[in-house]
Amino acid sequence: MVSRSANSQRIVIEPVTRVEGHGKVTILLDEMKKVTQARLHIVEFRGFERFVLGRPYWELPVLVQRLCGICPVSHHLAAAKAMDRIVGGENLTPTAEKVRRLMHCGQIFQSHALHFFHLVSPDLLFGFDADPAIRSVIGVARKFPELAVQGVMMRKYGQEIIKATAGKKIHGTGAIPGGVNKNLSIAERDVFLKDIDKMMEWSRSALKLAKDYTTEHMDSLAGFGTFDSNHLSLVRADGAMDLYHGSLRAITADGKKIFDQVDYQSYADHIAEEVKSWSYMKFPFIKSLGPEKGWYRVGPLARLNTADFISTPEAEAGRKEFKAVTGGAPNNMTMAYHWARMIELLHSCEMIRDLLADKDLQGTDLLVKGTRRLEGVGLIEAPRGTLFHHYKVDENDLVTMCNLIVSTTSNNMPMNLAVESVAKDHLSGVEITEGLLNRVEVAIRAYDPCLSCATHAMGKMPLLIELVDASGQVVDRKVRGVAG
Amino acid sequence: MIRKVLVIGYGNPGRLDDGLGPALAEAIQRRGIPGVTVDSDYQLTVEDAAVAAGHDVVVFADASVSGIEPFSFERVLPGAEMSFSTHHVEPQAVMTMVRELFHAATRGFALGIRGYEFNEFGERLSGSARRNMEAAAVFLEKIVVSDSFDAVAGRAHGRSGPEEANREGKSS
Repeated sequence: MVSRSANSQRIVIEPVTRVEGHGKVTILLDEMKKVTQARLHIVEFRGFERFVLGRPYWELPVLVQRLCGICPVSHHLAAAKAMDRIVGGENLTPTAEKVRRLMHCGQIFQSHALHFFHLVSPDLLFGFDADPAIRSVIGVARKFPELAVQGVMMRKYGQEIIKATAGKKIHGTGAIPGGVNKNLSIAERDVFLKDIDKMMEWSRSALKLAKDYTTEHMDSLAGFGTFDSNHLSLVRADGAMDLYHGSLRAITADGKKIFDQVDYQSYADHIAEEVKSWSYMKFPFIKSLGPEKGWYRVGPLARLNTADFISTPEAEAGRKEFKAVTGGAPNNMTMAYHWARMIELLHSCEMIRDLLADKDLQGTDLLVKGTRRLEGVGLIEAPRGTLFHHYKVDENDLVTMCNLIVSTTSNNMPMNLAVESVAKDHLSGVEITEGLLNRVEVAIRAYDPCLSCATHAMGKMPLLIELVDASGQVVDRKVRGVAG
Repeated sequence: MIRKVLVIGYGNPGRLDDGLGPALAEAIQRRGIPGVTVDSDYQLTVEDAAVAAGHDVVVFADASVSGIEPFSFERVLPGAEMSFSTHHVEPQAVMTMVRELFHAATRGFALGIRGYEFNEFGERLSGSARRNMEAAAVFLEKIVVSDSFDAVAGRAHGRSGPEEANREGKSS
């Protein structure tokens, strides 16, 4: 758990979990007790890519949901998009595409709402230095009950949309190779229409809260865990933000295009993954820039930076305000992720409202097929960023190759740098203070990393923090429990 | 009067015995017990509080890594904090939200079913885990019908003692 090199000390912040994909933070100090590097270790369970080998391709959209209990819909849709290519059915019927888009908007909506109201709002409402016992969703529930209820009900609304379009919460089967297996009935639609105005109102309020907080605290937030980076996402052919489908665009920290409108079937020509000895998780990078300069950010901040505009009016107005802060240039503030995320929350709510009014959702033409292929790539903009699914299938319909790049992997290097920046600014001496721990958590949380691509049964262990001096002795140790 | 009981079975069925919760949910659903609503998910989430608030009793059924065999059954009281950065919510946190956000008097119980194999992908339960789950389903039906939740909570239901269950830290 704790190790040291000849000339350095390590401070380890490790959330230890049973078999869950877990993370720990190691802060490396030199002999002068100055931070030289920070490393965020997340155990990525690569075994899944082997697990699916030999399985029939049509099982994949359901199988891949086992990857993650947090974003099963994103994996479901990315795998379905890859399988569309396998069956030659990538040009979906209007009903199939819109049902899938509605499902995806439900996922974005519920995920962003949960993240903001229940993981981030405690930091914003109580401050980074507040007692962790208060700086939690329970604290929000006690002091700001209306806000907490909004978060719960928004999350529930998104989950119900997923249930209506995917079939059920576990083992959703809505998206199948070449289309969907059900449309949205009038009765189902009417249930969602009843509450859509309230969801819009709450989304506007959430965006205002995130925007006001960021602009009012710009002095302290601008440098918090911040660094320049490249940004990558899908964009529509006209440059609009598109969370369900598009082509790849990557830009530099100052907005120059590295590549644009790249068909993601050829992603491997542009993106490679590096392995580092100290991390289980790979480090993706843009090939043309190399591993040192080619790493990039994904997710809400990256999407706000890469897109030329947003297709829905209220989110577009929010984007313009966001861009005005940096004079139209890309925003590289780590803490701006939250503001960007709430712009997307409003965008997804507008999309849900517009889709519910579209009669194509009640269409009955659900499936297409075409020329069979042996290889397919499916990409989607998941809540946390671009998600890559790549498969090869043999003539007997069995999977022979699988490669996944999840958004937390793409944000691997950025999260390391965010933690390093925070540690350099806030570590004093060789003691892990509550203030440092809180800020490390805040920096990581901005990226909304998914650490739960596995199991979670009873028996989880708490957050363990140890401070080890140059001789290898533990001189400080803190435990932050998950249960009160 | 038949109480309104919600059974939430949660876990990842793609991770062997971690699927014990959903398997229990399916087993209870098949039994069609009057007054019982069954839900199933990969993990507990905040909106479970909104649903639980509409019931008299909520049972959180999950796999247990090292608890007593074949299962433990404990009262869950409000009072937990959220975890570090995952989106997982503990039963105690759900109960806190039931009380403080939805002002409901729902009583919560944790059914921890002992599992043995967790560290691989695979959609099957180990034989011992399945037997534990089946025993838990029989037990749950019995206490629903007899409305004896409080009377049996905290008792040992297997070979090991209750102190081992307490080490799981399920209740605050």
